[in-house]
Amino acid sequence: MADPLLRLRGLTKAYPGVIANDDVSFDIGTGEIHALLGENGAGKSTLVKMIYGLVAPDRGEMRMNGAPFAPPRPSAARSAGVAMVFQHFSLFDALDVAENVALGMEDPPKPRDLARQIREVSENYGLPLDPSRLVGTLSAGERQRVEIIRCLLQDPRLLIMDEPTSVLTPQEVEILFETLRKLKSEGTSILYISHKLEEIRSLCDTATILRLGKKVDTCTPAEKSARELAEMMVGASFATPEARAHDPGAVILSVSNLSLPAPGAFGTPLRDITFELRAGEVLGLGGVAGNGQDELLAALSGERLAPAGTIRLDGQDISRANPVARRDAGLLSAPEERLGHAAAPNMSLIENGVLTAARREGLVSNGLISWPKARAFAEKVIAQFDVRTPGPGTAARALSGGNLQKFVIGREILQRPRVLVVNQPTWGVDAAAAAAIRQALLDLAAEGAAILCISQDLDELMQISDRFGALNEGRLSTIHPVAGLSIEKIGLMMGGAHDMEVAHVAE
Amino acid sequence: MIRLEKRPQPSQLWTVLTPVLAVLLTMLVGGIMFAFLGTDPLEAIRTIFWDPLFNPQFAGFTRPQLLVKAGPLILIAIGLSIGFRAGIWNIGAEGQYIMGAICGAGAGLAFYPADSVLIFPLMILCGALGGFAWAMIPALLKVRFGTNEILVSLMLVYVAENLLASVASNLLRNPEGMGFPGSRNFKQWPAAHNAELISGTGMHWGVAFAFIAVILAYVLMSRHIQGFNIRLTGEAPRAARFAGVNPARIVILCLGISGALAGMAGLFEVTGPAGQISIDFNSGYGFTAIIVAFLGRLHPVGILLAGLLMALTYIGGELAQLMLGVPGAAIQLFQGMLLFFLLATDVFTNFRLSLGRKEPA
Repeated sequence: MADPLLRLRGLTKAYPGVIANDDVSFDIGTGEIHALLGENGAGKSTLVKMIYGLVAPDRGEMRMNGAPFAPPRPSAARSAGVAMVFQHFSLFDALDVAENVALGMEDPPKPRDLARQIREVSENYGLPLDPSRLVGTLSAGERQRVEIIRCLLQDPRLLIMDEPTSVLTPQEVEILFETLRKLKSEGTSILYISHKLEEIRSLCDTATILRLGKKVDTCTPAEKSARELAEMMVGASFATPEARAHDPGAVILSVSNLSLPAPGAFGTPLRDITFELRAGEVLGLGGVAGNGQDELLAALSGERLAPAGTIRLDGQDISRANPVARRDAGLLSAPEERLGHAAAPNMSLIENGVLTAARREGLVSNGLISWPKARAFAEKVIAQFDVRTPGPGTAARALSGGNLQKFVIGREILQRPRVLVVNQPTWGVDAAAAAAIRQALLDLAAEGAAILCISQDLDELMQISDRFGALNEGRLSTIHPVAGLSIEKIGLMMGGAHDMEVAHVAE
Repeated sequence: MIRLEKRPQPSQLWTVLTPVLAVLLTMLVGGIMFAFLGTDPLEAIRTIFWDPLFNPQFAGFTRPQLLVKAGPLILIAIGLSIGFRAGIWNIGAEGQYIMGAICGAGAGLAFYPADSVLIFPLMILCGALGGFAWAMIPALLKVRFGTNEILVSLMLVYVAENLLASVASNLLRNPEGMGFPGSRNFKQWPAAHNAELISGTGMHWGVAFAFIAVILAYVLMSRHIQGFNIRLTGEAPRAARFAGVNPARIVILCLGISGALAGMAGLFEVTGPAGQISIDFNSGYGFTAIIVAFLGRLHPVGILLAGLLMALTYIGGELAQLMLGVPGAAIQLFQGMLLFFLLATDVFTNFRLSLGRKEPA
């Protein structure tokens, strides 16, 4: 067999504290749709960035058609025939389609020729698009077409698509797939990044599965079941969890029919979310990133107010209460994004302690902050949660991700919450620290607090949760006790509205 | 190769050092500029920085001017710095200053020629309210419609200037002024005159309020939870929301404080050093205060020092024009350099220079 279009051998890339890609090797053949499959943080983006010339690998080599390929920058990758459609578009609303396409080209043709070329390409590939329309008036799917056409005008040999369907309606997904199949029939290779298993099974010829930066396998997805793919993605180590001995108490937090519109262009609306949280239990919410995790946390923390009557704490309606009032009532939270959301990067740990603990820890009286008390509180968090830092006066941004996470989680736990909502509590944290954080959450539950743990790490959720549910496009699946949950069932819960209906019927 | 490397946290040393360095660099480059203009650079710098305070011939006149000029600068800059800390850019203090002067003076003149001790406090209050109300226009537009407060507050300066021209020649014109534009002179009406408190020092009520504002701002920003919320909003807006800070309230609070302080400064100026509402009584304090706020690192004590320094360059600059024939534009350039070098050296607070090649990423 001839050389594949792109051959990757032993690609390794380490960032401080984490190995993003560890000895990854696989081939992408000519005219092949190759899926790159993996959970968040599995190293998909880093791998793609290396191919596209955005980062250079520490070790390993790439060969394109047999010749060494090491693009120092994206323009070099583009001239070698690699094009990429990013998940988030880089388009100017105030310009029309043709102008936007021209902006992304190395040397654009005359406007009139370009408009003609755009029309040709859009007709050839079944991507209806008028070059003179303003981008601001286009839907997400149409915007993606602008990006795709921009790539196609450069006659790419390899087209990289980063989670292209996350912003599309089902109809638009069908159109996109037609286009991709046509491209494939013309000999263009496609590297398709996704974690939607069914899509990959129907579209892709081969799939490479990454887990924790390492290649798990390269296989033919059509020959595998969704369950097998999911198992490879989350790890063969997956063991059916056992029930944790616990004694659920009274309902503390109850959320009923909570719906909220999407906060922005890339947000997810919450749809009719209903669940109850009892004293002493840990409810784990899984789901692929961007399915409403951030939005649910914002609605519970009070950053966004919810419709009246949808969120009750101890029977009291707190849906219209602000974050301060919710904290006073005992509902605490820790968002996913540590720098800039859970903590202010340039402020010291002392000040970041005041951020949420000002009132519950009595750090403020008559409006004046007691800095000695605030320092003592920060020192307590640092000591009890083993935060590695020169001292409490250090700026939050100077801490490593794991240490700051320990501080953020510790800050909330030490305030003895009645309900604690955490999103990705151990994301990017080393194994020892992650274990410590999980243990702290379990201890807190054992003391009678109710914990809602949103995470994309299924192992983690299986380990600490009593019950499990999944978020999908802002909807919450039925919640099941963790004991006896199979990976197949979890896959169905995470897999989307259609699968969910099936799951309902099957019960 | 020289590279900038982000410091793990802002350098304390450089935070203090940058203003000093900026002043020194301004002296150096300004000196070169003066040399090109044919003036002895050392003499020019001595005239600007030394003579106003210590020259035996005119220090007696110029020294009180220091407080007269620094007072409004500090008072306005303190208000602005609170907003700047929150990332709320009130560029229109000049307009709020004018409106404070108009409202305060107007309130006083309504009682002319009454002789009550309550008149001056009432004027101060109305001055503050005038500036406050003028600042509420950009504040409410921002909160309600998401407009940019930089543009709105700046454009309102020109509206205020036209209002000032109008009231000076119509509404508040001195009826005994023989038709000339300009209000009654407050210096001739003791109940409303913002007189020197200690003779020969330049100390008037506005300066006293400026000092009080410095102290209160210091307590607010370093001890009070509202000050903490303001800083948090500026540092990390999302974290502020998470902490429970209402962004709209911060916008109103910051613009309100800066507007009220600028309005008061206007009132103190019009009833004191300026003496009357005239078509062009405002002299750019509202804009210069922006420089003062940054020169003082947005810190109350820093602003106190920066206000005094800026006042010194003003007085010294006038002196240099008078004594050495340096063009006025050169003096403005000199003052502009101060901000330029401050911003340039400020890089080193958060970054350090590192020599040597960067290893491939």
